[in-house]
Amino acid sequence: MDHLKSRKLKNLVAMTLATLCAAAGLALLFVILYDVLVEGLGALKLRLFTQDPAPPNLADAGGLRGAFLGQGLLTLVAAAVGVPAGVMGGTFLAEYGRNSRICRLISALSDMAVSIPSIVIGAFAYAVLVKPMGGFNGWAGAAALAIIILPIILRTTEEMLNIVPWELREAAFALGAPQHKVIIGIVWRSAKSGLFTGALLAIARVAGETAPLLFTSFNSNFFKLNLSEAVPSITVSIYQYAASPYESWTEMAWAAAFVVTVFVLLLNLVGRAALKFKKVG
Amino acid sequence: MEDLLEVKNLSFFYGADQALKDVTLPIRKNSITSLIGPSGCGKTTLLRCFNRMHDLYPKNRYAGEILMAGRNILSDGVDVLKLRNAMGMVFQKPTPFPMSVFDNVAYGLRLKSVRNMSALREKVEKALRQAAVWDEVKDRLHRNAAGLSGGQQQRLVIARTLAVEPKVILFDESTSALDPISAKKIEELMAELKKEVTIVAVTHNMQQAARISDYTALMYLGSLVEFDETGVIFTKPKHKMTEDYVTGRFG
Ligand SMILES: Nc1ncnc2c1ncn2[C@@H]1O[C@H](COP(=O)(O)OP(=O)(O)OP(=O)(O)O)[C@@H](O)[C@H]1O
Ligand SMILES: [Mg+2]
Repeated sequence: MDHLKSRKLKNLVAMTLATLCAAAGLALLFVILYDVLVEGLGALKLRLFTQDPAPPNLADAGGLRGAFLGQGLLTLVAAAVGVPAGVMGGTFLAEYGRNSRICRLISALSDMAVSIPSIVIGAFAYAVLVKPMGGFNGWAGAAALAIIILPIILRTTEEMLNIVPWELREAAFALGAPQHKVIIGIVWRSAKSGLFTGALLAIARVAGETAPLLFTSFNSNFFKLNLSEAVPSITVSIYQYAASPYESWTEMAWAAAFVVTVFVLLLNLVGRAALKFKKVG
Repeated sequence: MEDLLEVKNLSFFYGADQALKDVTLPIRKNSITSLIGPSGCGKTTLLRCFNRMHDLYPKNRYAGEILMAGRNILSDGVDVLKLRNAMGMVFQKPTPFPMSVFDNVAYGLRLKSVRNMSALREKVEKALRQAAVWDEVKDRLHRNAAGLSGGQQQRLVIARTLAVEPKVILFDESTSALDPISAKKIEELMAELKKEVTIVAVTHNMQQAARISDYTALMYLGSLVEFDETGVIFTKPKHKMTEDYVTGRFG
């Protein structure tokens, strides 16, 4: 009985601690969300999306339309490169590289790459794509984001494909299908909602990034989407506006933060919903 | 009856592990041959030699021959994709592809570049009828195959295999994961199908082997113990081990 009692006690302590930690994390998240919601919603004005930046002393003027578009463009370019490359790489690891030592190494390295701080990746892009090119440019920003996306997609793809039962592939092989047709027609198709979710979550992960853009595409006040120059960025604008002494700018930073947060949350929700949807359909 | 396939001194190795030892047996045309034997004796391994499924994994190695029309299907020059087209395989668990019922059955046909829609429709219907599942799926051809019952899925898989008009169908315990009624349907189907194809079936169910098969091969530890007409194997086998096994005193 003593043994049982001590086990119950341990269980209680562990449960309490775990619950408290989870509660603390959640509480913090909600405080942040609450702050962003209240401050951001209060400051949200239509001109945020329709106007270009204005000097802080002008009342009721100025927006960040270019920054939203610029950020969207960088994210899109990064996704257009990073998602297909990641899916291809992950497919190679899962389908061709099973049991191969080099592939296991690549998997392990990608796991590590996922946890590299994004500012380090920004610094890397600065060294190879900004300095040699002579200045901030959008390509470097998109490349930094793509480098962040790549290992995430690679690993989720590998995991999603590993879930597909091996027998399903064999059934297709047994009909005389060549391997590339098995992969495209059977394996990808089976995993498609997982791959879609993985892509959305990876995009959500970089859509709100600031650090990798600070040294690469930086920011611009002009409504101009040219990837060979500095590109307007909403997150870098938030960073600059929030740190400014002007109330009109800090308000705008809150409003922009609100929009970015909602967008990223939505992407996450859609991504997760897609996974659930699969189980029903 | 004529031999469609002739397994001659076949050995098989998973890397260094020998799983088949010098197996020799004929597979007669338009008949059902059952492979029986205790778990791990090499039934699946032998079955998967016929469609060279083992080629998918590195380090697997065959020795010996499987002759089909005088040609060794294990030799290097053989077009494995074509061979697999001629050797359908049905697994233990149903393996519907994540697509509609129609597309499942059309999968192998499309691999063979049948594109004409009316030809596809015709062949799909024929295969589904042959597999005795047409009536149950004809109103849901364009819905996902995952929605069918396990027994229907298994017959769908058989239809998918039949659609490409194979010479042989290999069944690996294909009724063991099904309810008795579905299993019975598939058994009856196999008996019907042997008019057109040759069947090799792995089974753990002695009654099933006795009921449906024309020939039975008993394997043990990678070797063939006895091959004969099913009646002989179950009533007056030559080997003591066969008698013990089929009467359930062994294994
Ligand atoms: N992929 C593999 N790698 C190495 N050894 C294997 C592999 N598959 C099977 N074996 C071994 O080969 C032998 C024969 O296995 P096989 O699967 O052919 O048996 P089986 O007669 O089909 O058994 P069961 O009735 O349980 O399905 C067993 O000893 C098994 O452990
Ligand atoms: Mg087996």
